[in-house]
This record gives sequence, C-alpha cells and structure tokens, in this order.
Amino acid sequence: MTMTDNTPLLEIQNLTRRYPSPDGGEPLTVFENANFDINRGEFVCIIGHSGCGKSTILNVLAGLDTATSGVVSMEGREIGGPGLERGVVFQNYSLLPWMSALKNVMFGVKARYPDWTRKQVRDHSYKHLEMVGLGQGSEKRKPSQLSGGMRQRVSIARAFAIQPKLLLLDEPFGALDALTRGTIQDELIRVWSGSDQTVFMITHDVDEAILLADRILLMSNGPFATVAESVVIDIPRPRRRADIIHDSAYYPIRNHLVDFLTTRSRELSQAENRKNTRNQKPLTVHPGLTGSDEAHTTQPEPPADNNPPSLTMLTGTQP
Amino acid sequence: MIASRYKAPLLSVLLLLSLLGIWEALTPAVKSAEDMTEYELLMGGASEEARVPPPSAIIVKAFEELSNPVYDNGPNDKGIGIQIAYSLYRVLTGYLLAALLALPIGFLIGMSPLAYKTLDPFIQVLRPISPLAWMPLALFIIQDSEASAIFVIFICSIWPMLINTAFGVANVRKDWINVARTHELGNLRTALSVILPAAAPTILTGMRISIGIAWLVIVAAEMLVGGTGIGYYVWNEWNNLDLTSVIFSILVIGVVGMLLDALFARVQSAVQYQE
Ligand SMILES: Nc1ncnc2c1ncn2[C@@H]1O[C@H](COP(=O)(O)OP(=O)(O)O)[C@@H](O)[C@H]1O
Ligand SMILES: [Mg+2]
Repeated sequence: MTMTDNTPLLEIQNLTRRYPSPDGGEPLTVFENANFDINRGEFVCIIGHSGCGKSTILNVLAGLDTATSGVVSMEGREIGGPGLERGVVFQNYSLLPWMSALKNVMFGVKARYPDWTRKQVRDHSYKHLEMVGLGQGSEKRKPSQLSGGMRQRVSIARAFAIQPKLLLLDEPFGALDALTRGTIQDELIRVWSGSDQTVFMITHDVDEAILLADRILLMSNGPFATVAESVVIDIPRPRRRADIIHDSAYYPIRNHLVDFLTTRSRELSQAENRKNTRNQKPLTVHPGLTGSDEAHTTQPEPPADNNPPSLTMLTGTQP
Repeated sequence: MIASRYKAPLLSVLLLLSLLGIWEALTPAVKSAEDMTEYELLMGGASEEARVPPPSAIIVKAFEELSNPVYDNGPNDKGIGIQIAYSLYRVLTGYLLAALLALPIGFLIGMSPLAYKTLDPFIQVLRPISPLAWMPLALFIIQDSEASAIFVIFICSIWPMLINTAFGVANVRKDWINVARTHELGNLRTALSVILPAAAPTILTGMRISIGIAWLVIVAAEMLVGGTGIGYYVWNEWNNLDLTSVIFSILVIGVVGMLLDALFARVQSAVQYQE
C-alpha cells in the first residue's frame, strides 16, 4: 500500500492441488486454478471455509509445500523452496522451546545476517521484541513460561526481525482469546505500517480481516475451491478498532463477506455453477464504495445478532 | 517440627537401621573355642568363615578398605579403589566408542527412512543377543581379555543409544524443521542447531539406559575374563570364602552405579525442555 511499483511482488498462476484418491479413482482436487497477485507493501488477507486449501496455498508461497500444478513467482522468479526473503508465522507459533524468547528471535536474525556481530544481532532482536511489547525481562523466558499471546508476539517479532519482503501468517491469532487478539492485531498494524512489508495472512475472522487488510481474497468451498473474489477494503488508514465500525463502508463490506461465506462460497463450488477459472483473475469488488451495486445487495446493519450459529464461529469477535 | 522434605530420607534411614538390626540379631554368634566340637576344631573353625557375616563385620571391613583404597600388593590383593578404576575405565572406553558409532548412525536412521528400513533387520537381530554371548568370539578374534571386556561393553551400550537417537531425531516436530527451512539453514546447521537440541532429551534417556546396562555387564564380564576390576574382585573374594568382602563389594557396585546414573540424570535435566 505504501510503496507503489507497477509490477506485483507476487504472482500466482493457475495454482492447483490434487491428492490421488486412496482407491485409485478420481483424484481429490482441493483447489484449482487459483490466480491472484499481491502488490508491494500490500496487506492481503485470505478467507475461506476450513479445508478449502488456504494453508496449502500459504505453504506453497513459503516454499514448504509444492502444488500439483501452477506457478508462483516472486519478483519474476519462480519460488522453488523456502527462503529468507519470505518470513512465516505459523498458527502454533513454532518457537524453539529450548531457547529463550530473545534467543528465538536471534536465531532468525543470525540466519538472516550471518556477518553481524553478536551484539548487533542481540540489539536488533531486542528492538523487535520491544516493538511487540516484550522486553523488560520477559525476553529471557522460555516459550513454555510465556502466555499464548506472548508466544505469538515473539513469533511475529522473529518474522519482522529478518525483514522479509513477504510476510506469511497462517491464522496467527486463531488460538488467542478475543482481548489478546485485539491487542496483538493493533501491534501488528503498528509494526506493519512502520515498514514497507508485504503481508499475506490467513484468517477466519471477518472483523480482523477488515481491520487489517487492504484487500481480502475470498475462496469458495472445496473440493474444487478457487479464489473467487478480491474484495477491496475502502476504509482509510490509520484504522482503529473502536472507530472502524462507524465508517460507512464497514457494514457493506462486512455484509458482503458474510454473505459470501454463508451462501455464495458453497454455491460457487457446486458443479453446475463452477466456472473454468484457468487464467482468470478473481473478480475485484468494492462493496465499501457507495454507488457500487454490491453496497445495496446487503441486508441492513447490524447483522451480528441474526447470524446462524455456524457463522459466529467464522466471524469470531463481534464489534 | 521436622520439615516435610526431610521425612522421606529420615524414614529411609530408619528402615535401613531396623533392617540392619534384624540382620545383626539373626546372625548366630561366633562360638568360642571351648564350645566347639572336636570336628569343628579339626576344621579350624571353618564354619565361622562360611556364615553370612553380620552388618557390623561389613562396616568394619568397609572402613578398612575405604581408608586405604589404592594399595597394590600383587594380582590378588589390590585396593577397592584400584578395582573400581579398572572397571570404570573399561565401561567408559566401551561406552564412548559405542556413543561415537551410535549417535551418528542413530541420526542417519532417524533422518532417512531408507536408512532405517535398511538397518532395522540387523538391529532387531543383534539387539536381543546377551552381551556375554559375544565373549568367546571376542576373545578368539581380539586375542586380548582386556579389549574383549571393552568390546562387550561397547556392544551392550550401543543399542539403547542407537534406538533412542533414531527415535528422537525422527520425531522432532515438523514445525521446528520448517523453522530451520524457512531460515535457509543447511543440513548440518539444521542438525546441530534444531534437531540435536530437540532430540537431546530422548538421546540422553538412551545414553542413561546404556550406562546402566554397561555397569551391569562389566561385573559379569570381569568375572569371566579375570585379572582386575570389581567383577573379578567379587569372584576372587568368593573363592577366598571371604563373604564380608563379597557383600562389601556388592554394595560398592551399587553405589558406583547409582553415582553414574545420577551423573546422567544431571545432564539429562540440563537438556530437558518444556513444550
Ligand atoms: N494427504 C492428504 N490426502 C488427501 N487430502 C489431503 C491430504 N492433506 C491435506 N488434504 C486436504 O487438503 C485440504 C486443504 O487443507 P488446508 O490447506 O489445511 O486447508 P485450510 O487451511 O483452508 O483449512 C483439506 O481439505 C484436506 O482434507
Ligand atoms: Mg489451515
């Protein structure tokens, strides 16, 4: 969002993942022909029902997994494996439990800047822990002595400290309680806006996605899932959790997302509605811009209380 | 009032003292010369030597031996310290050689399913063989009793270390390996800075089991090969019908084994981590 360059940082073309069926029949196609770009400095969230292949896509971008077919390229070069220009924050934090919080961050920094002195590595690591609100002694604790929220902060600090071109986050706040999640979201925004980092993040929380993202990619249900829509979040930054719900774009966007997740994600994946998305970019929509017809197709606000039970899980905290 | 953490040790001491008391009380008193039958006198009071000695005699013996542990009066009369040192030397040499082989191979097996499947049949057949069964073959091939004893220790220590290392390495959490991969660590650095510390508690468990087995086996091995060592000492004292020394050396074997185990427990808790 901050730095604009006309070529996208990341291009994903016809990404497909199939698993051979155990009985030798038709292979299981988890997702097919996912096409999307991520621009430099952009914060992109991806939402879709569990099992549609979000984590698989993220792991392919990280270089930890491979797709069945399709190409992922970063700055024009195809991604063939993991690399330090891409930082990953896993849902389960993935801190090394035998090291202190600071050592965990230093582990990343040492790998990224092998020529630095120990003091440089230490100071840089400590600075990034402070940026996420740790330090003053807590950096000496082992992950088992930290709360879930603190562990995820360490994990985020480790990822930011290696200053990757692309930051990949897989449901980073999924395991946290609502209050902690809010605090860390704020920290993530603060750290991100002070950098020119590009972020790709999986979430199942609609409100979180609206708060954080420049753009939200919506995936239809699997099997044969695909990236169906790219929803632009036309809410000016800086955004604050308390104010954002008063923005006129907020409910149109939210309703659009909820509508997609409750009905259209399923409809789109039914065989008769399925389109061949080969080389097809997802439809870009601006539900937050008044005048766009998307803004009028939605139910009146606030929708929170009418949500069916399954939806409450998907949307997480209500404003 | 006694702090509760002293309760168990205090009870242990009380239990020990009462057991020793019962033992002492049950030991028949030594008959004086007038009370002996003619036969007993002819036998030179041999029955006195053959009875199980009371704890008091063992304590006296222990005091004697421990106050001068390193004397050397020829092959059949060496201080207990010297005998223990010989045994420890054999155990540690065989054990270290085993570790040098078991740890790298365990790493390999743990990291490569192919290596695991290739070596598994060999391990499964070799592992249940009693280490002492190797002794005749070792003596024949190596032609040296000292080296044969070390070989027996080597062969018995290798399996727990090998299997635990392989298991620990194979079960390192995938997430931690992924952390190494996303940080572009090479194979060697991944092995040293992620897999080794992650598997260390399991590896140390194997090493601790191995040292325990090695200490069990050395006594038997030394009874067979003879010459020196605590195992030979026990056997030699039995041949001398000196049961006081036999019981004393049994206790020493137990205490040294306990100290070895405690040492490994220390190291183990140093590498232990909590997830
Ligand atoms: N080995 C496998 N064989 C068959 N299907 C698999 C295998 N591994 C994963 N899947 C399927 O791939 C899908 C995608 O999983 P994932 O990327 O974790 O989804 P998400 O993160 O969106 O919840 C799931 O539906 C899962 O059932
Ligand atoms: Mg997932």
